[in-house]
Amino acid sequence: MELNGAQIVIQSLKDEGVEYIFGYPGGAVLHLYDALFQQEDVKHILVRHEQGATHAADGYARATGKPGVVLVTSGPGATNAITGIATAYMDSIPMVVISGQVPSPVIGSDAFQEVDMVGITRPCVKHNFLVKDVTKLAETIKKAFYVATTGRPGPVVVDIPKDITDPKIKVPYKYPKKVSIRSYNPAVTGHKGQIKKAVDLLLTAQKPIIYSGGGVILGEASKELVEFSQLLGFPVTNTLMGLGAYPATDKQFVGMLGMHGTYEANMAMHDSDVIIAIGARFDDRVTGKLDQFCPHAQIIHIDVDPASISKTVKVTVPIVGEVKPVLEQMMEMLRESKKKPSKKALESWWKQIEQWRAIKCMEYDRNSPLIKPQYVIEQLYEVTKGEAYITSDVGQHQMWAAQYYPFDKPRHWINSGGLGTMGFGLPAAIGVKLAFPESEVACVTGDGSIQMCIQELSTALQYNAPVKIINLNNSYLGMVRQWQEFTYESRYSHSYMDTIPDFVKLTEAYGHVGIRISKPEEVRPALEEAFAMKERTVFLDILTDRTENVYPMIEAGKAHNDMKLRVANGTSTDRELA
Amino acid sequence: MRHIISILIENESGALSRVAGLFSARGYNIESLTVAPTEDPSLSRMTLVTRGNDDIIEQITKQLNKLIDVVKLIDLADSVHIERELMMVKIRATEQTREEIRSLADIFRGKIIDVTPTTYIVEMTGPSSKLDAFIAAIDGDTIIEVVRSGPTGISRGEKGLHL
Ligand SMILES: Cc1cc2nc3c(=O)[nH]c(=O)nc-3n(C[C@H](O)[C@H](O)[C@H](O)COP(=O)(O)OP(=O)(O)OC[C@H]3O[C@@H](n4cnc5c(N)ncnc54)[C@H](O)[C@@H]3O)c2cc1C
Ligand SMILES: Cc1ncc(C[n+]2csc(CCOP(=O)(O)OP(=O)(O)O)c2C)c(N)n1
Ligand SMILES: [Mg+2]
Repeated sequence: MELNGAQIVIQSLKDEGVEYIFGYPGGAVLHLYDALFQQEDVKHILVRHEQGATHAADGYARATGKPGVVLVTSGPGATNAITGIATAYMDSIPMVVISGQVPSPVIGSDAFQEVDMVGITRPCVKHNFLVKDVTKLAETIKKAFYVATTGRPGPVVVDIPKDITDPKIKVPYKYPKKVSIRSYNPAVTGHKGQIKKAVDLLLTAQKPIIYSGGGVILGEASKELVEFSQLLGFPVTNTLMGLGAYPATDKQFVGMLGMHGTYEANMAMHDSDVIIAIGARFDDRVTGKLDQFCPHAQIIHIDVDPASISKTVKVTVPIVGEVKPVLEQMMEMLRESKKKPSKKALESWWKQIEQWRAIKCMEYDRNSPLIKPQYVIEQLYEVTKGEAYITSDVGQHQMWAAQYYPFDKPRHWINSGGLGTMGFGLPAAIGVKLAFPESEVACVTGDGSIQMCIQELSTALQYNAPVKIINLNNSYLGMVRQWQEFTYESRYSHSYMDTIPDFVKLTEAYGHVGIRISKPEEVRPALEEAFAMKERTVFLDILTDRTENVYPMIEAGKAHNDMKLRVANGTSTDRELA
Repeated sequence: MRHIISILIENESGALSRVAGLFSARGYNIESLTVAPTEDPSLSRMTLVTRGNDDIIEQITKQLNKLIDVVKLIDLADSVHIERELMMVKIRATEQTREEIRSLADIFRGKIIDVTPTTYIVEMTGPSSKLDAFIAAIDGDTIIEVVRSGPTGISRGEKGLHL
């Protein structure tokens, strides 16, 4: 089959099984858009800003496990995509970004809309390619998908100069079934000797804890994690990125750990003697002060990326490999072993954990006349029966969503953890909804974040992706305000917006439904009303207690056992109702 | 500690900037870097001198290995190895100093590869420390220019860095 470069790109995407491509046209990709126009298999979603395209593709990828695909033009189109690429990079999300480039002969001449995309993305991609020869195009796209989805996943950019997609130049096309890259051979199974060491250590543990993260979700290993944890009977804590990998409603789950983790999770980490880290990367929001991190623990770490191991915290037993096969290897060894975990030790460990749990660190003032954001999330959980896909933006609302919506399934909690990108939530929700049109998708957001990609409301209408926007409106850049309250003696420097748009009217202008509420008793009915409108995007503007804070909190640079807890019954100041 | 890391990398445009970018982005230092094609035209060999404690060097090698273009690497400090650097020094040579420069060059097994009425160029190879010693031995005021390649190295014995 002879095809031109533009057709090769589209045909390659088809052959790769790509369903959706999120993009925005421009000069350098016009040939590609023309080829897109002449087929129907790959559906193009026209966003309103390239950042939206990357987040939507990212949301699609997080919910499905399949790579998200983005198409942007050169120059400003490419630079607008950077935030979304970096977001995917930090959370190891598989994504392929195709960017147009100025024609090869003028590269380097400061041509119109030229930007060195390969150079500019280098630090925030897993890999990138500049295509210099149309006969290498199909193979390069195959390589891009291969690299993006294997090993530790990540975004890959394929930069294609306009002359490469020239409709007049046709070459034979064949999409490779397989590619191999001699310099790229990610590990799959773990080293037997290391696994044996790990199993021995686990079986001697007195105060063990399983600390699992996003790698379990990325590696489709939730089932194995559950089996493994239940085989051992150890407590399980998840990172923000790992939520849902282990069912949050299970009794062995002690909640999230880290800066806004539960008292019991952080105390158990701090006191533990053996930690097994599974697909988690010892982020500073998790470890707190490094030299006081888990002072008594020996650590086993399973990670597919050797560079994640002993990067910030030195571990005792490193295991390089994918979570799923490694856990299977471990379980086999555990089942064969005559030794079992010490029942007595575990019993007293759990007794201790239950004492920490009894503190009820997540309690808040349930009698407040103001809407408590935590209450909204609890109600959201009930109304959606815990089955919705929840995306979020970044800030206090993100933490409340993570804390008060117990996720029982992987890939349902979709948020930007590593880069912490405000503006992620809405476009991500659209990507999720397109992937799962029959499921409920809600975006938990804040008055600051939602304004960063609000234009995508328009995309949601055009492509019939009805999502529910739960705006926890505190008229503050709340997370910033909280830090200012705690560490800058309440000097609220520029964390308050004097002019916030009327979100209800704004939503209506975009063709959707807007509802504003300000009283606790309105929360449940409003949520029910919103979710009853199956075919509509609904924006719930919820005026919450403005000065509510996220607790517990380990302030930056403090240790796990040094947590700020909510004062009894919470301190809430009055909120002026707008 | 000083480490010489020897890298086989795909001979592709951009490969060098990936390595250099990695070092600047992660705050590792590069003391020197040399690159040249190998007998296999699809591969380049890069020799990189860096400093850091064991943990940093471990991260550096892991991060380098993670680059898709990096095919293989070794840290020469892990084994017995030979290290060489090429240096050319242009020295102001007067009637009075010519003889002295020649004999110093001889002692250091250097060669005089260019002569003008007022200058010599001395070529010398050896471990970097030897080149440093030569520079220290000659009168600093007479040095017009020093050009050094940065060290490259090879491990001793049967083992070698190849595909
Ligand atoms: C406002 C804010 C507050 C935050 N507070 C917290 C907090 O309190 N607690 C918290 O936990 N986080 C918090 N975060 C998130 C934090 O910044 C990190 O994003 C998060 O902790 C990282 O999660 P992770 O360790 O699971 O790693 P991820 O970023 O999910 O990385 C996954 C790891 O698994 C590995 N991996 C991938 N695939 C596989 C596989 N198949 N097999 C084996 N390994 C694999 C990867 O190499 C990587 O090392 C916060 C973020 C924000 C924005
Ligand atoms: C793009 C971007 N800019 C700045 C920040 C820093 N930041 C983190 S949380 C936050 C406030 C978010 O405010 P809002 O969306 O209203 O959420 P709230 O904390 O009030 O729930 C800011 C500014 C960020 N994470 N992302
Ligand atoms: Mg806010």
